[in-house]
Amino acid sequence: MTARLLETRGLSRNFGALAAARGINFRLDAGARHALIGPNGAGKTTFINLLTGVLHPTDGQVLLKGHDITAITEAERVKLGIARTFQINRLFRGISVLENVYVAVAERVGAAPSMVRPAGKRTDVIEESMHLLETLKLQDDARHRVSELPYGRQRLVEIAIALGLKPEVLLLDEPAAGVPSAESHIILDAIGGLPAHIGVLIIEHDMDVVFRFAERITVLVSGAVFAEGTPKEIAASPDVRAVYLGQAAHG
Amino acid sequence: MIFGTDVAGMVLGGVAAGMVLFIVSVGLSVTMGLMGFVNLAHGGFAMLGGYVIVGAMNGWGIDFVPALALGFVTIAAASVVFERLLYARLYTAAELDQVLFTVGLVFIMIASVTLLVGPENQQLVLPPMLRGQVDLGFTHYRTYSVVLIAVGIAIVVGLWLAIERTRIGAQIRATVDNRRMAESLGINVDRLFTVSFAFGSGLAALGGGLGAEFLGLDPQYPLKYLVSFLIVVAVGGLGRVTGVFYAALLIGVLDFVLKKYMPQGGTLFIFAFTILLLLWRPQGLFGRKAT
Amino acid sequence: MIPPAPALAEHPAALALAGRHRLRIWEPIPWALALAFYFAFPNYLGFGTELLITALFALSLDLALGYAGIITLGHAAFFGAGAYTVGMLAKHGIWNEPITSLIAAGATAAVVGLGSGLVLLRTQGLTLLMLTLCTMSLLEEAANMGHEYTGGFDGLDSVPIPPLFGLFEFNPLYPKTQYLYVLAGLFLCFVFVRMLVYSPFGQSLTGIRENTLRMHAVGAPVRARLVTCYTLSAAVAGIAGGLWAQANAYVNLTTLGLDRAATVIIILILGGYGRLYGAFVGAVAYMGLSHFLAQLYPTAWQLGLGLLLVAIALCARNGILGIGESLLRRFGVTRARS
Repeated sequence: MTARLLETRGLSRNFGALAAARGINFRLDAGARHALIGPNGAGKTTFINLLTGVLHPTDGQVLLKGHDITAITEAERVKLGIARTFQINRLFRGISVLENVYVAVAERVGAAPSMVRPAGKRTDVIEESMHLLETLKLQDDARHRVSELPYGRQRLVEIAIALGLKPEVLLLDEPAAGVPSAESHIILDAIGGLPAHIGVLIIEHDMDVVFRFAERITVLVSGAVFAEGTPKEIAASPDVRAVYLGQAAHG
Repeated sequence: MIFGTDVAGMVLGGVAAGMVLFIVSVGLSVTMGLMGFVNLAHGGFAMLGGYVIVGAMNGWGIDFVPALALGFVTIAAASVVFERLLYARLYTAAELDQVLFTVGLVFIMIASVTLLVGPENQQLVLPPMLRGQVDLGFTHYRTYSVVLIAVGIAIVVGLWLAIERTRIGAQIRATVDNRRMAESLGINVDRLFTVSFAFGSGLAALGGGLGAEFLGLDPQYPLKYLVSFLIVVAVGGLGRVTGVFYAALLIGVLDFVLKKYMPQGGTLFIFAFTILLLLWRPQGLFGRKAT
Repeated sequence: MIPPAPALAEHPAALALAGRHRLRIWEPIPWALALAFYFAFPNYLGFGTELLITALFALSLDLALGYAGIITLGHAAFFGAGAYTVGMLAKHGIWNEPITSLIAAGATAAVVGLGSGLVLLRTQGLTLLMLTLCTMSLLEEAANMGHEYTGGFDGLDSVPIPPLFGLFEFNPLYPKTQYLYVLAGLFLCFVFVRMLVYSPFGQSLTGIRENTLRMHAVGAPVRARLVTCYTLSAAVAGIAGGLWAQANAYVNLTTLGLDRAATVIIILILGGYGRLYGAFVGAVAYMGLSHFLAQLYPTAWQLGLGLLLVAIALCARNGILGIGESLLRRFGVTRARS
């Protein structure tokens, strides 16, 4: 029996009259590679915001390893092992790549509140951060300011920060978004190299990425789960194709 | 003297002062609500307008109403130049830069006026028709103050109609509520801003001239009343014309009443009131919560 | 044969971060200059003392504004709180030993900072700006009203400050003791702020300033960090105010006014915020210029200052140190800013 890691039951969120999430039942297991797809405006980012605690649901529950975390704040959920990346980079642009990851690792190991000893003396944090950069092949950029990096590599830093939190659940919001196609392979390699025990949920539009990476796919339409299954099942489903073809015809 | 006369006089005085606050501050509220731009130099436009109006009347013998029009138009035009050349470059800048820029601008305005005209207070000489008292039935009151109240009401009604009933008003309302959505709907936010900035500065100019008696008119005006204008705008809610109106009335009347009954603690009370209000409702009395 | 990759701990980036806090070779220079000033310009020690106090006040603001990104128009509230603490304790005969009074000044300001920070830092942006302004104005008005204790509009005059350690007299005409005393105070506070800035706590403040939403998303208790920073910043500002009261032997409402609060922001930005030494550079530049120009041509000074501020806002956000940094970078001396 695979470990049930993250789960939602009947998760709903309204914005006035707009139902951004409608009764979503979802499940992410340890080690899973799960993709969330759907047309624009389907509510994918809203769902991630609900999972991470940025948004409170109007109804339903979020559970982590069987415990109800619906009322728990964003920061606390991070401590419980949920990390995310953002669709548009949210990085510390003025400081170096290494320092970006340092911040995340320092928070996790509890070094951050320390006011007396210099940050540089925490060699454990520095080493772990460098090691992480190495696994993402960012070590050559470690000293550069984030704002100096090309966009694709900045996207990698976004992932590095999330990994610095040693999450058990990793939510990637369109990690390849905005990355020029010449650079997108570095994102794909990074996703491919993620630790095996982490449960990963990835929002993506690029179907090549989805089918290359996902073991399960959930299709979200207008805030509700439209279909769910293995990549083969989803690819073969005429309903799913209609939803996307319909989008293409109207769009 | 009937007891009521005293109270009525005080309330009327407060309302008149509130009208001046409203006329000057409404432009600031729309500016901050539309673009989120911290324009600490807004009082400077009021001051410059006041100087133009008073200068035109005293120096060139221009009549009252034409002088007001002149003040409005000159300052509105000048503000368009400032906005296009300078302000527009800082719309996406950090708040700190906007604060710095507008503080610098206000220094330039103050220094220029001091150098060109001098540091003395400027007196607004009222036309004979507006001097003296008028019989309101329940009390006698200064004609000018009554006229001021009428003008203020006319302006707020006019603005309200413009914002609620015209297309450009609808665009303003939409942009104040959600700028990104307004842009995606095709609203030319930059042009909207230039227009409302000009109009708001013109109104401030009017307020500076009309209110010369209540608030005085000297080069220190923009800094002396900066906090007051900000309080009126914050309490009323950014971008809400009716909100600014009520807030200005409230502050004006409170100030007058407290000056009489609590001469020591009046200003303190207003600060404490503003702090408590903003903590309870950061969006002001009439503002809408940020989406 | 490919040489083996260097161990991670020896990677230049790791070394840079590990050594970031180490004393740079030029860091003793400002202090040497300050000491030299004492001997070189004995007739300008009053001006020098004022400059050192201003630098300390600007340094305190840098902690809150430059590093944590808290935009406040009301930092003079803490300066005044410290000044009035010293003034009232001494004038009313309660306590006037210089060093302990100074500690009391810092503590009082810290309490004001903690109280207002807990309440105000729930808000942000324009609302926070307004609230800091109103809080400071409230304190100013309260000081104005409480003239029995605070001297009201005129302030407290001839505040009795006994000789330091019973030996060194605070003579208003020959402020030799004041200068060295203030310099020592500035040095100690600077060491404290420097330590804070290079600590993991300081690093997290930078994170909050650079991207608050991201800090939430890495599990940082953002508000707690901000309140702590604000309180510490208030304490240092209070010490600056206390030093001002002791050096001048009087306290008045200008310690709490918008004028002082606005000037310190200008000074910090002029020098370059978030750069530790920006406060010093800004204080020297501003006070140097104003000392000569403001007295001769006050209106022209205001005009010039206004033009300078507009220029900085449009072109040189990072102040004098920022300009220096870009020049260095252009000539090939690169390093990522901490």
